[in-house]
Amino acid sequence: MSVFGTVSVKNGRYRIKGDFHHITPSTPIRNQDYPWGLVGVTNPRDMTYIHTYGGEAVFFENLCKGKIHGTRCDNPDCTFKGTVYLPFRIHCPDCLAKNTVIDLTDVCRKTAVIHTYMVCERSGAFNTLDRPIRFINVEFEGISTILMSYLSTGTPEIGMRVVPIFRTQDPTYTITDLSWVPTGTPQEALPKGFSFE
Amino acid sequence: MITFSERQLRVPRLLRPVYLVTAGQSKFARAIPEKKTEELAIDAFTMAARLIEKSPAELKRYIHTAYYGHFADHFGDQLLGEAVIHDRLGLDPLGNVGIKTGGATGGSTLWEAVKAVASGYSDCVLAMGWERMDEVPTDEGNHLISCAADKDWETPLGHIYTGYYAVMAQKYWQVFGKQEESFRRTMAEISVKHHGYARFNPFAQAPMKITVDDVLQSPVVAYPLRALDCCLMSVGAACAIVCDEETALELTKNTTNKPLRIWVAAGSHTLRPACRRNMDIPLLPNETQDQYADLGERFPGGDRYPGFTGFLAARMAAWYGYRMTGIVDPMEDLDVIELHDAFTISDMQTYEDIGLRPYGEGRDFVESGDCYHINPHTGQPGRLPSNLSGGLIGCMHAVGATGIMQTFEIATHLWNRWSEIHGDPDLWREFGREKPQDWTDLQVRGAKRGLAISHAGVGSHVTATILMDPDHLLKDNA
Ligand SMILES: [Zn+2]
Repeated sequence: MSVFGTVSVKNGRYRIKGDFHHITPSTPIRNQDYPWGLVGVTNPRDMTYIHTYGGEAVFFENLCKGKIHGTRCDNPDCTFKGTVYLPFRIHCPDCLAKNTVIDLTDVCRKTAVIHTYMVCERSGAFNTLDRPIRFINVEFEGISTILMSYLSTGTPEIGMRVVPIFRTQDPTYTITDLSWVPTGTPQEALPKGFSFE
Repeated sequence: MITFSERQLRVPRLLRPVYLVTAGQSKFARAIPEKKTEELAIDAFTMAARLIEKSPAELKRYIHTAYYGHFADHFGDQLLGEAVIHDRLGLDPLGNVGIKTGGATGGSTLWEAVKAVASGYSDCVLAMGWERMDEVPTDEGNHLISCAADKDWETPLGHIYTGYYAVMAQKYWQVFGKQEESFRRTMAEISVKHHGYARFNPFAQAPMKITVDDVLQSPVVAYPLRALDCCLMSVGAACAIVCDEETALELTKNTTNKPLRIWVAAGSHTLRPACRRNMDIPLLPNETQDQYADLGERFPGGDRYPGFTGFLAARMAAWYGYRMTGIVDPMEDLDVIELHDAFTISDMQTYEDIGLRPYGEGRDFVESGDCYHINPHTGQPGRLPSNLSGGLIGCMHAVGATGIMQTFEIATHLWNRWSEIHGDPDLWREFGREKPQDWTDLQVRGAKRGLAISHAGVGSHVTATILMDPDHLLKDNA
């Protein structure tokens, strides 16, 4: 029986366990319009990648704890010192100094507004979100960038006030652990596994 | 960056003139199961040779280096596809390199090819681009395209690129379109125009005789975008041959192709639209700072630049390209253009980014009739016909080939060969397509200068390819 591939790090190296791919035979592609002539073959591929979040790991680690972390350039010599970034930027894009990690949960709760949105009926293979997906881009006071995420309840509108919710049960440690709902949404209305903090 | 140094704003310069000598392309279609990519590349190359009355073997003897544009290796499960094509074209052991910049791959490939000649490294270069998006099911294709977004911050959100892209369309629609029905109809008109022009192009994949209402009744993909607002997914190849002056003259001697001067300029912007920071609008030669002072009053929400409504990469490609070639007002200085109409609305956004109209007023380029071959309001030739090929909506979007297809199209006008090539009954027959009874000659009479914009996704990379008849330059030392 196959076991999902899992990975940990020990002594600075990846330790992998389980199956990272499954072998399925190729099958012929034949042309129905001609006497069943060979056109090509299928090439099944099923594999698992190993990926590091590097300096962003703290952001993805803390979503399930109800925290949103961003960063700020504190380099006194930087022309843009004090600029706050969410999405998290490990280094300042101007001076390239290492940014300071800061907790932006409160700013996000108090000032999040939908900058733009899109309701999308379609999704790609490997999608885990419910459709239609309500993509929202959220702007905040005092943060220089805008965060792309998704709205879990309600109908998005430009200018709508929203608050963050977090997948605190069975987190995926991906960006999907963070979602948003209109201000005033009760706890009972949140999707399963999500909470306000 | 949100401010620029003088060095960064230095106007690019080619060390010697570079010429487009010939170009060619394969048929474009949603799927071409009967041909491998190498066959399509050979079709394109053979056509390029034929246009200057050479055999492929004769043309090959001039080529010194090769630049290959192919965006999505993972669609074909073949890394180093460039090496496969190079070998099948029989160009070993010449140096070659692969280029990939998303939707702008074709334009970027020309960018590199032109620099190779301008620097003196090569006298004759092949730029060849292709894509095949027919070898995975659509949902997996959507996932693979979504991998061109940020894999940690965007792709897990639905694995659907539309979601990352169309938020910008929504913002433009609400801020600059003010959600007006008339604006929506203007968007639809772009689709009608591009599918309509595709009817006269034998290479084109989606010729359609449709109305604005057909577009407005097509299924919603991501409101306000509907199926007929969106570009195609295609298979196909296109190529161009660029040379120095001496080689260009030799290759075109006693042929119909006059060598055309070619320049390519490029710009870029954040992969994640979310990361766009506010900045001042970099001005094109035909703009002034004052004209944008009240942009936010006229269009509430429109004062954040580039925000989610402008493509800074396109603005910068035009910024460098116009100054490099002496273009002051593109409406006056250009005769024909091909824009990257990934969506009807992004076509309109680009009118503003490249200065055909000021920011906020893009719709007027369509509503005035300027963008047509024949202006429907006046019955006279349009001031600056755009996407007579059918563009990405009507002709194709075989990503790595797209920017080269656009350049091929512009060149056919400047060579005054549009009709000969697009009207050729043998070509229609070869592609298994029926030449319409009302086939119309879209040659832009007397066209001397043209522009093609090649654009990646949310605007991470954009190139501006400028072609001019060498006897009609705008600047002596360009
Ligand atoms: Zn800094």
